[in-house]
Amino acid sequence: MTRHEYEMMIGLEVHVELLTRTKMFCRCSTRFGDPPNTNVCPVCLGLPGSLPRPNREAVRLAVRAALALNCQVNLSSRFDRKNYFYPDLPKGYQISQYDEPLATGGYIEIEEPRKRIRIRRLHIEEDAGKSMHAGDDITAASYSLVDFNRSGVPLIEIVSEPDMRSPEEARQYLEKLQRILQFARVSDVKMEEGSMRVDCNVSVRPKGSDVPGVPCELKNLSSFRAVVKALSYEFERQVGLLEKGEKVVRETRHWDESKEVTAVLRAKETSEDYRYFPDPDLPRLELSPEFVDEVRNSMPELPDQIVSRYVENMGLPRYDANVLTSSPALAEFFDKCVELGAEPKTASNWIMGDLLGYMKAKGIPYEKIPLEPRSLVEMLVLIKDGVISGKIAKDILVKMIETGKDPRTIVKEEGLEQISDEESLARVVEQVIANNPSVVEEIKAGKEKAIAFLVGQVMKMTKGKANPAKVNIILKDKLTS
Amino acid sequence: MEIWEMSTKEILSLLKSREITAQEVLDSYLCRITEVEPLVRAYLEVLEPEARAEAAKVDAMLIRGEDPGILSGLPCALKDNLALKGARCTCASKILENWVAPYDATCVARLKKQGAVFLGKTNMDEFAMGSSTENSAFGPTKNPWDLERVPGGSSGGSAAAVAAGMAPLALGSDTGGSIRQPASFTGTYGLKPTYGLVSRYGLVAFASSLDQIGPFGQSVWDCALLLEAIAGYDPLDSTSSRKEPFPYTKHLESSLRGLRAGVPGEFLGFGIDPDVREGFEKILEILSDMGVIVEETSLPTLPYALDTYYVIAPSEASSNLARFDGVRYGFRASAPNLESMYQKTRGEGFGREVRRRIMLGTFALSAGYYDAYYLRAARIRTLIRRDFENAFEKFDVLLSPTTPTAAFKLGEKIEDPISMYLADVLTVPVNLAGLPALSMPAGFVITGEKGKELPWGLQIIGKPFAETTVLQVGNALEQEIGKEINDKIRDMRRDLTRTRECEPVD
Ligand SMILES: [Zn+2]
Repeated sequence: MTRHEYEMMIGLEVHVELLTRTKMFCRCSTRFGDPPNTNVCPVCLGLPGSLPRPNREAVRLAVRAALALNCQVNLSSRFDRKNYFYPDLPKGYQISQYDEPLATGGYIEIEEPRKRIRIRRLHIEEDAGKSMHAGDDITAASYSLVDFNRSGVPLIEIVSEPDMRSPEEARQYLEKLQRILQFARVSDVKMEEGSMRVDCNVSVRPKGSDVPGVPCELKNLSSFRAVVKALSYEFERQVGLLEKGEKVVRETRHWDESKEVTAVLRAKETSEDYRYFPDPDLPRLELSPEFVDEVRNSMPELPDQIVSRYVENMGLPRYDANVLTSSPALAEFFDKCVELGAEPKTASNWIMGDLLGYMKAKGIPYEKIPLEPRSLVEMLVLIKDGVISGKIAKDILVKMIETGKDPRTIVKEEGLEQISDEESLARVVEQVIANNPSVVEEIKAGKEKAIAFLVGQVMKMTKGKANPAKVNIILKDKLTS
Repeated sequence: MEIWEMSTKEILSLLKSREITAQEVLDSYLCRITEVEPLVRAYLEVLEPEARAEAAKVDAMLIRGEDPGILSGLPCALKDNLALKGARCTCASKILENWVAPYDATCVARLKKQGAVFLGKTNMDEFAMGSSTENSAFGPTKNPWDLERVPGGSSGGSAAAVAAGMAPLALGSDTGGSIRQPASFTGTYGLKPTYGLVSRYGLVAFASSLDQIGPFGQSVWDCALLLEAIAGYDPLDSTSSRKEPFPYTKHLESSLRGLRAGVPGEFLGFGIDPDVREGFEKILEILSDMGVIVEETSLPTLPYALDTYYVIAPSEASSNLARFDGVRYGFRASAPNLESMYQKTRGEGFGREVRRRIMLGTFALSAGYYDAYYLRAARIRTLIRRDFENAFEKFDVLLSPTTPTAAFKLGEKIEDPISMYLADVLTVPVNLAGLPALSMPAGFVITGEKGKELPWGLQIIGKPFAETTVLQVGNALEQEIGKEINDKIRDMRRDLTRTRECEPVD
């Protein structure tokens, strides 16, 4: 069999930090980047005698995430303890939800191919602290340090069914998930900052088989790119094994970013038994139907809804709508422009072209748009009114971003108004004709295309301020007379 | 009469009328501690400087005419599994030998607010696991009635301190009888409140679904007073009840006429000492004479309670004690790598009984055994709770001896865990059902060789949150039989002082 005769089954487990101000079971701040061990208290340090108390806001956000992912919210769920030893786990157990999770049975729709990826469950848990090793890892380090600022930060874990069939589908699922959670204002969902973490379960089987293959779990995936690469690597590896008549072993493999391979961690746990049991410190999590309804009714507009609004109500191409919904800030920016009177497609062109181009070049993230919608809309008005040319507008946009000035001020200060008065333009045109006798001859001999060269010369002499349409008319007029 | 010999009620009224000062009260107890603590060893640490500062503060308030709270300078001892900010909290374990609590338990904060003066931290079985206080890493506490016997456990230090006159009041914790059983062994009053009435925040957890903090005192009134100070909803404990706390001391007087008391036959089937049984029958007669309708009843699932408890409690403990790993605080054994650091720290830091229970619990929660052990135990627990509910449809209280026997000898059961566990056979079911229960001294049995008299306790079990009823029954009975008991306590305390006089200081 060749590799084309195998298919992958990919399931993803995604951990996402919730956007609460305080931790899951205490009132310490969740702020990222503070000095180590400053946002801590007896509860999140697991000091003897301390007890957890659930954060209502975290439950709200988790329910919102569940609804945004089309899950069934269970009105009664339970907190369990997952027991294991690790230095950054201060209680020796993590409070999680095991056999009675907050939500079950949702899905996400991806585009290429258009299909539904089912979500098995979504549950709440607390994050652990962060270890830093003076060495490669905890066994090789001469010492390790632990920062408990992250300990107790609320997480949701979203577990998909093994419905993805290619690394590309996995990437789409993750991007979509990221966008939905961003638009639902549930999480920052940043893989770089660790507010989104992805583990993959991947197996291969001959196409058409209905028996699942032996899955491996992939960890240490720090970007979508890493997910795609690791999955592709794993596909080749597992197919390779099967082709050689060997068996795939169920194991946890780490993605090695520098070598671009997956590898088994040195034989650590014999078998992981987390000894889950109901946390006796926490009563069941009981939600009222009214609470869930309230969360549903206050749900922010989600990307799919926005895309269809852009396509159906504003007549934007689907491509544009997808780009504009790549971050909530971008969609908000676009909506504001339209609200201020911009023609949607024109605004979209400028945003997708020059604005995002500038941001990309400068490495500015999509959620930090360095421009006021009003400025862009004013600039579009100036173009429409013929005050500035589209070419000049490109420079003005950059100046607006870099100086924070509004477009009228920039135009005035730098004298960038388009030159449309015919007398001034005629004078320049005459000069250009005088300077380029040979070109004029060519045109008179019928090579009309050369007019563009003369227009260009006029633009050059006016530093781009000439109204090109008028220049064209005047030129034709002078050359034929 | 020395201040420490007075009843708590008397001391409090003298304090309130400013005939004595909190500092004088404290001095009297510190003096008593110097006198008999070397014999009894109830304390792990006496917090003399801190206590003096607190007493001075209360006196200053009293002088200014301010209200220092309902305890108004009364000294109180704390079991060493309760967090008192700035004081060591060892749980009588080597693993926490030098751990200083950086915060106050809720009950401690509440006692501070009511003007309590903390005498010190009392000895206990390590992490509250035991029934004799012999499992303390720092040596056993002796029973003031007979220094060759155990004071019970796990709150043996608190019980012995109150019994010996080294504290008028003390707090303990009760997971399977750890307040009531030592109260019974030492002739003191001890109350285990309804699960959820007193916040567990700051109590180092043994078995979270069973643990409750409760008072020790020299009378029912003492228990009511201390309970009043610590009871009530606490947002820091998600299992704490939102029921309004109650002024228990103001509702102690009540006629028992017409009250229905049940005596579960199963409770009398656990190898009860014939003398205890005889004393118990006598108490039932006294109660009948007082107008109580006493009837025998049945709780069919009771014989399974001890087994159930010894699955649930160790399971929870195995997880609760996982945090003692040598990483952040407490004892850490030196070792070449992480894995062996864990093993050596926990192997050397925990005592034998604690290790035994961690292993039991770890086993019961393991994949493949969970259903057969933990889950089944949780189901039986529900049945036991239902049994109690049924009984309480007919009765206002249930009665039994607190323990099958009076205090046993030091070393007598330490090598035989099962017989040690049986000491809690009558108290454990109450924790499984989360009910309130009082143990009060109800009589004496004479022990063999020296003819010494040892107290035994009566257990009064109530409906959930019916502490008032339990205390009322106890109070009425105390008024009937308390005088004789108090006389014997006075004699015991004098004997203790004399013993001290003839023994060399160690
Ligand atoms: Zn905290």
